[in-house]
Amino acid sequence: MKFGVVVFPGSNCDFDALYALKDVLRQPTTFLWHKDHDLQGVDGVVLPGGFSYGDYLRSGAIASFSPLMQEVREFADKGGLVLGICNGFQVLLELGLLPGAMLRNKNLKFLCEFVTIRIENETTRFTHKGRKGQVLRIPIAHFDGNYYASPETLKALEGNGQIVFRYSDPDGRLTEESNVNGSLHGIAGLMNKAGNVMGMMPHPERASERLLGSEDGRLIFESMISKL
Amino acid sequence: MIDQKILDNHNLTQSEYDLIVRLIGREPNLTELGVFSAMWSEHCSYKSSKFYLKQLPTKGKNVVQGPGENAGIIDIGDGQAIVFKIESHNHPSFIEPFQGAATGVGGILRDIFTMGARPIAVLDSLRFGPLTSARNRSIMEGVISGISSYGNSIGVPTVGGEIYFDDGYALNPLVNVFCLGLADKDKIFYAKTEGLGNAVLYVGSKTGRDGIHGATMASAEFGKETEHKRPNVQVGDPFKEKLLLEACLEVMGQGIIIGIQDMGAAGLTCSTAEMPAKSGTGIEIDLDKVPQREEGMTPYEILLSESQERMLIVAKPEKVREVREVFAKWDLDAVEIGKVIDGGRMRVRYHCEIVVDVPVAAVVDLCPIYQRPVAAPAQETTKAPMADVPLPGDYREIFLKLIASPTIADKEWVFRQYDHMVQTNTLLLPGADAAVLRIKDSKKALAMTLDGNSRYTRLDPRTGGAIAVAEACRNLACVGARPVGVTNCLNFGSPEKPEVMAQFKAVVEGLSEACRAFEIPVTGGNVSFYNDTEGLSIDPTPVLGIVGLVGDIGKVVTPGFKKKGDAVVLLGENKDEMGGSEYLAIRNGRTEGRPPSIDLAFEKAVHDVCLEAAESSWLESAHDLSEGGLAVSIAECAFHGNGRIGCGLELEDDLRPDALLFGETQSRILVTVKPAKLKKILDLAAKKGVPAAVLGKVGGDRIRIRHKGRELIHIRVEEAYRAWKEAIPRCFAVKS
Repeated sequence: MKFGVVVFPGSNCDFDALYALKDVLRQPTTFLWHKDHDLQGVDGVVLPGGFSYGDYLRSGAIASFSPLMQEVREFADKGGLVLGICNGFQVLLELGLLPGAMLRNKNLKFLCEFVTIRIENETTRFTHKGRKGQVLRIPIAHFDGNYYASPETLKALEGNGQIVFRYSDPDGRLTEESNVNGSLHGIAGLMNKAGNVMGMMPHPERASERLLGSEDGRLIFESMISKL
Repeated sequence: MIDQKILDNHNLTQSEYDLIVRLIGREPNLTELGVFSAMWSEHCSYKSSKFYLKQLPTKGKNVVQGPGENAGIIDIGDGQAIVFKIESHNHPSFIEPFQGAATGVGGILRDIFTMGARPIAVLDSLRFGPLTSARNRSIMEGVISGISSYGNSIGVPTVGGEIYFDDGYALNPLVNVFCLGLADKDKIFYAKTEGLGNAVLYVGSKTGRDGIHGATMASAEFGKETEHKRPNVQVGDPFKEKLLLEACLEVMGQGIIIGIQDMGAAGLTCSTAEMPAKSGTGIEIDLDKVPQREEGMTPYEILLSESQERMLIVAKPEKVREVREVFAKWDLDAVEIGKVIDGGRMRVRYHCEIVVDVPVAAVVDLCPIYQRPVAAPAQETTKAPMADVPLPGDYREIFLKLIASPTIADKEWVFRQYDHMVQTNTLLLPGADAAVLRIKDSKKALAMTLDGNSRYTRLDPRTGGAIAVAEACRNLACVGARPVGVTNCLNFGSPEKPEVMAQFKAVVEGLSEACRAFEIPVTGGNVSFYNDTEGLSIDPTPVLGIVGLVGDIGKVVTPGFKKKGDAVVLLGENKDEMGGSEYLAIRNGRTEGRPPSIDLAFEKAVHDVCLEAAESSWLESAHDLSEGGLAVSIAECAFHGNGRIGCGLELEDDLRPDALLFGETQSRILVTVKPAKLKKILDLAAKKGVPAAVLGKVGGDRIRIRHKGRELIHIRVEEAYRAWKEAIPRCFAVKS
């Protein structure tokens, strides 16, 4: 499967995403420059983590106006597979491709650490290689990962099974302590109604090699690569 | 025109001024005086330290670049080289902690990528006053936030470092930042002009009025009013620096530039002067062409501004268009502001007039080198501080006090704020003895550590200097890495004080001796003098940054007890040496006595045992003994262990129990091995003449330490862990 990793000015985890997809998972992968208007025929688009535009205004706000985002929106509207990681998730929220917004972490500090997340919906194109309730150990690194949505939106998300991951403890229990950034309903990742666009705050590209402490992130990429 | 007051404001002495007049053949104008003031400042010229730094060993077969450039370079094989250095940003961090620390990170990053290397790691060594004071907490929070915000934003992981707390740093906090980058050995770039008529380009952020005389500010003591120095602190923009980094690496990758130098201390002046100096040419620039973000800036201001995220590039005229295209892609200014000329002069124009016209050599090479007076103060180091101090009644209580003291306690509150995983190279998370990074597509790993115990250096500067090197190498050995290169940041008080110069001289002698003993070259570093406030100098504080190589990533040793039944072995020898220890400071409230002794040959032998055992895959874990001694080291092994497993140990040494548990005798490493490997390691140690004692076994949920059958410490790991983990967060908890 051919992947495209979008590069905004200030993206940092673009190299990491490319390495995970190309060198670890051995999928043809290319960078997509934000100023271009060409998705180069990729089957999946990854919006990587980082500090696009220095997080000026709001994280992901300015990136959402990048020229290439027109093509990404059309691609998504036609059912193309789009994964937004961390800052990429924030861009998807700003684009309106996913509902809700990100607030500052509840402890008002940047958080970089391994967390555990639980698969809530194992039927998605991003998680079908996993089991319901399976716990994945994947790192986070963000200042603004506290997910917010209105009560009506949350109700709809829950009802439609759009919540893909929740922060949990290593045994899969949803505790206040394990929800390190304070996200409503402990939401760590969610998808659109059509199920082809997903955003997640944890970084699966940082958990794709045992060497780095956990391989649990591979499941997400492997699910994208193989057919439902 | 130029009177004493103006000279004082520029931190130049009368004799320095007279020399300037002689060198340029006339009186300088105010702008030229500003140029000399910045370039001849202590921070830029090293005029008080050069004489003693000469003795540092700088040669080695893998040295690609030693001291004198933006950073040092070591060949690590397979066509790759590491580019690394440490820099201080102490004075700005006291004035404005957030920006001072942030721009410290920004500055050292530029020093690395200006040479063609992509930065892959940052470490920081920080010193603050005790956390019981709100002001010190505020400075620490500002500094941590500053480092965090800059490093995270630009995408370089902050993977390690050290933090110390002591009264002496309350008014003079220290912020030393280390950076390492990876480059192709044959794609290194230097600051040079080469070729008359070549174009000089200014790239990066626009110039403003921030940071003017930052270098001069860093070369003077603080007095009572420091608020007015705030405009001297530079303001950073990591996003701009990220763009600058990518654009610079891109033009370097395409091979379309000749030379490049970052604009750091002394801003545009520094790069304009240093680039031609290294190549023996001259340079001419027009300030009207410099992109400015404020109106009405004078030539003085434009030349001395320390606005961040700017580089000076020299390129062949026919390549200028391509260079500008790359910078345009990254939305950065790239303007031709001058050209390379002959005659060895630095000529600066403004509004069609020549405002600076001086010989380059005068500015860069001919600053006087001072051999300042040295006078060691009368020291009473012979007194044994513990002779009249009774043994503690409760070892458990002292132990808990030690592991909860901020210098020793868990630093997760800090490193959780740093993205230490970006770039997906980090193998050992912060908290281990050294940071370890894999090198993608190779079998190798890089290890790096920052070390420097200022208590020892205060008590005996020469020994303290040697121990700093020994400790750093020991930390590398504990992860299985052999040292390959050294950078050092020497933080001292005013060099105009003979006692301080005596400390400096002795520390450099100790460093030199140790680097020679370990056969590692010093590739560069930084000297920060004038860390005094209201006449009080800091303790001599050398911070050593040492980089090591692990040949096979599979042989990296990880910290922490692993499995029940593993044998706990101590390599090295226990002695009665409590001088300069954290324990003594807690008991007596001060730093006193003689620091621990150091036998460099013996230290090296201990490392060799650890390294050979690591390379043979015999070690389950390794951890060095340092602050807090044996008891603290054991506790740390439990805290990092699998499931926080404990241990039971029996000690038999004929020593005072408190010296045994808490003394900071050097050259000791604690390892754990599977029972099947025990004999192998004991034989190896014996072969190398290194004492090795089996202290006990891993297992259980407690730490139990007995001395000659008497139980000294018996505590549940969880209880000790909580004290260790909560100490620093507790200091910052919001009081309700």
